[in-house]
Amino acid sequence: MPEQQAAEHQSNPAEEVGAFLRERREQIAQRWADAALLRTVFTVSRDEAVEAARTVVEALAAVAASGRVADSEADGFAVVREQLARTAQSRARAGAGIAQISAEMDALRPPVTDLLLDELSDAPAEHLRECTTALTVLMGTLRLVMLETTMNAGQDLINRQRLELLEIATPVIKLWEGIVAVPLIGTLDSARSQVVMEILLDAVVEQHARFAILDITGVPTVDSLVAQHLMKTVAAARLMGAECIVSGIRPAIAQTIVHLGIDLSSVLTRASLADALAYALQEQGDHIVPNPASAVEPR
Amino acid sequence: MTAASTFPYEGHVPVLRLGGVLLVTLQGDLYDSTAEQLRQDIGETASDSAVTGVVIDLSGVEIVDSFMGRVLSDVAAMTRLLAAQTVVAGMRPAVAITLVELGLTLPGLRTALSTEDAMRQLGDEGSVLPRAGRPHRERP
Repeated sequence: MPEQQAAEHQSNPAEEVGAFLRERREQIAQRWADAALLRTVFTVSRDEAVEAARTVVEALAAVAASGRVADSEADGFAVVREQLARTAQSRARAGAGIAQISAEMDALRPPVTDLLLDELSDAPAEHLRECTTALTVLMGTLRLVMLETTMNAGQDLINRQRLELLEIATPVIKLWEGIVAVPLIGTLDSARSQVVMEILLDAVVEQHARFAILDITGVPTVDSLVAQHLMKTVAAARLMGAECIVSGIRPAIAQTIVHLGIDLSSVLTRASLADALAYALQEQGDHIVPNPASAVEPR
Repeated sequence: MTAASTFPYEGHVPVLRLGGVLLVTLQGDLYDSTAEQLRQDIGETASDSAVTGVVIDLSGVEIVDSFMGRVLSDVAAMTRLLAAQTVVAGMRPAVAITLVELGLTLPGLRTALSTEDAMRQLGDEGSVLPRAGRPHRERP
């Protein structure tokens, strides 16, 4: 293919590197499959490793052909992002740190550079230098994409866990037929109180509850923001036809609320969860009669 | 919210009379013109047939805006003038949250979990039967 080669020498280095990568993708993929990064991830089958390496090489070739070797947002990388993330995750699970993954990624460069040097052994020195630089930049960008994907995957994991924690931390308990309670534990912020509100209102619909009790015994501090969230929840529950009772206000918190001048008069409050339950039962017309034989003193 | 003619109700929400109670069931999105029409319909029916309660069932409504909130409180205030109680029934959580976030807590409005509950509330006060003259007991 003498004309094609001649044409390639005319084109810019990035495009030439692209053409080189596409032509030699099988060879490169074979060499990469033996590199530490892929060998440790695809332990079961070497074919899979070769297949994975080939996809990456093709993506690199596409990026190089588009001439955006230094752009980690290049379209070509979109195809391999997920695969890179999986590879990185798998390495991270095996205990490799970011630095180590990065080093292993860097180890993919020499085999390709060697191949390129062989390919262009008779090219002018200036041209050879340009092509090698383009390839190095391209591999650097690949490394950047890989690390970026890894970091994003980590961030996604943290976000998902935070969401799960929000849901776990707010169980809705059915206390009685038509009475549900949410014991709130920990600090209430806007995101959390939003979740609490949604969970509580959903429970009101599901359980057909006429009474919803918000127990704030486990809430360390109540400021005006928390009070506002409580009032919003109470108002929303009322709109749905349920009555919301706030219980478990400790003396210190009651004092703070008064000092802050927060008006909770629109909210029905009781000292303890038991008092709130007793109120709800009474309103429902359910009467609990203490067993005289029991040793527990009636309230 | 202008294309009222494409709406299946053609600008009308049925107002059903059950004994002394008006039952209004809202479904889907409500256009402003429909809501306006509904306000008039309820007013006329309530004054014509001397009802003692109005139950507005919102269980089929997914989206509300501030206008809808105002229509609800207007209907409640209007029926009170006509000596009838308005109970809003079956509001969905998302709708309730939206109204609260809009600052429309609708203080004068009575609410119930479902239409059945609303009828029971009205029945408890004897307002389905000829009015007993017992005042509505406000909860603390």
